[in-house]
Amino acid sequence: MLERLRRPVASLGHRVIEGVWRVGTMARFFTLVLRSSLTSVQRFRLVMREVYFTGVLSLVIIIVSGLFVGMVLGLQGFETLQKYGATESIGVLVALSLVRELGPVVSALLFASRAGSAITAEIGLMKVTEQLAAMDMMAVSPMARVIAPRFWAGVISMPLLSALFAAMGVFGGYIVGVVVIGVDNGAFWSQMQAAVDFRYDVLNGVVKSFVFGIAVTVIATFEGYDAPPTAEGVSRATTRTVVSSALTILALDLVLTSFMLRGGGG
Amino acid sequence: MERTTIDLWFGAFVTAGFAALLVLALKVGNLGAERATETYKVEARFDNIGGLKVRAPVKSAGVLVGRVDNIHFDNARYQANVILALDKRYKFPKDTTASILTSGLLGETYVGLDAGGDDQTLVANDRIAITQSAVVLEKLIGQFLFSKAQEEPAAAAPSAGAAAAPAKLPEAPGTAGARKK
Repeated sequence: MLERLRRPVASLGHRVIEGVWRVGTMARFFTLVLRSSLTSVQRFRLVMREVYFTGVLSLVIIIVSGLFVGMVLGLQGFETLQKYGATESIGVLVALSLVRELGPVVSALLFASRAGSAITAEIGLMKVTEQLAAMDMMAVSPMARVIAPRFWAGVISMPLLSALFAAMGVFGGYIVGVVVIGVDNGAFWSQMQAAVDFRYDVLNGVVKSFVFGIAVTVIATFEGYDAPPTAEGVSRATTRTVVSSALTILALDLVLTSFMLRGGGG
Repeated sequence: MERTTIDLWFGAFVTAGFAALLVLALKVGNLGAERATETYKVEARFDNIGGLKVRAPVKSAGVLVGRVDNIHFDNARYQANVILALDKRYKFPKDTTASILTSGLLGETYVGLDAGGDDQTLVANDRIAITQSAVVLEKLIGQFLFSKAQEEPAAAAPSAGAAAAPAKLPEAPGTAGARKK
């Protein structure tokens, strides 16, 4: 009886310790990435190549989903605002929710599943095929040659992608609100401009997406680097990247938002 | 230096990203519209600021002339101390009145400035002496009920007739005002 009770508790404890351990290892990994970043500056072409793979190839999904999210916000917002006779505020609703929350968060989630999983799978496969070990043998640091460029590419791409997402979303909201439903064009933009502040809303959104970019790429590169060198290990690492990036993004969002709202004094 | 397609894509991506940021800053946000203008700060004390928030607009004749910069409670006077950041382009006489108003029934709270007739104008760190507090709806309803209750016996008296009731009415706002003080 006692043995049957003990086992779940032990496995729970094992998982917790394992998780804490991973956080510590990841922090060490992060400082190692930062320390071997000099090559990324000296050979910026490496970073540009990764920006192409993580940023440019994510453009389609970011732009299309931004447009759709903005359109849905326009439709839903109109439906609700109509009850209060405040349909002109639809621009405010769409712009504020996109710039503050949805832009950084949804684009980071998309980025994690589109680019983060690709990074993990690529690095994991490099490990399986012993390319990383071969580099080490040739006195080429895989950290500087493989990991750091991918990290910096993600950090550069994420804020730009999130800005594109928000801009496309506002455009989508404009299409639904002004073109389709027929809210007054002038009121749509002027109320939006009166309500959206550059520093408190736009810049805070950029800061958020910057932090998310760091979090997603650190998790993705670490999971790839740490993956067991088997087919199953890589597949598990890829799944873990998506799951833990999503959870980290949402948790960080709560923390950042609570800081920003207090600082904003609104 | 030979050019590669990666360069082109990188350039296009970064340009598009910064263009989107620029759109967010200028078209969606208010950068350039008022951030660039310089301001001077004046102070106003209110008995009650209602729902006034930091960064709420300051309007004169319905035109935006500044923003609320800071609000704090003056513990010596038990009043709200509101710092207004006004646009340098606009000058107001010393005896300008500041009142707390609401646009519409559910709209935002803002500070309205009514210019006086003084020759001298407000300069930085001046204080607006004449202020009018926010209208608190609950108090207004309370006053209305109070004045209604007072006129009730007069209206109920059969001999007073129709002439007495209207005569009583102008007094009602007066009593309400006295109660407020």
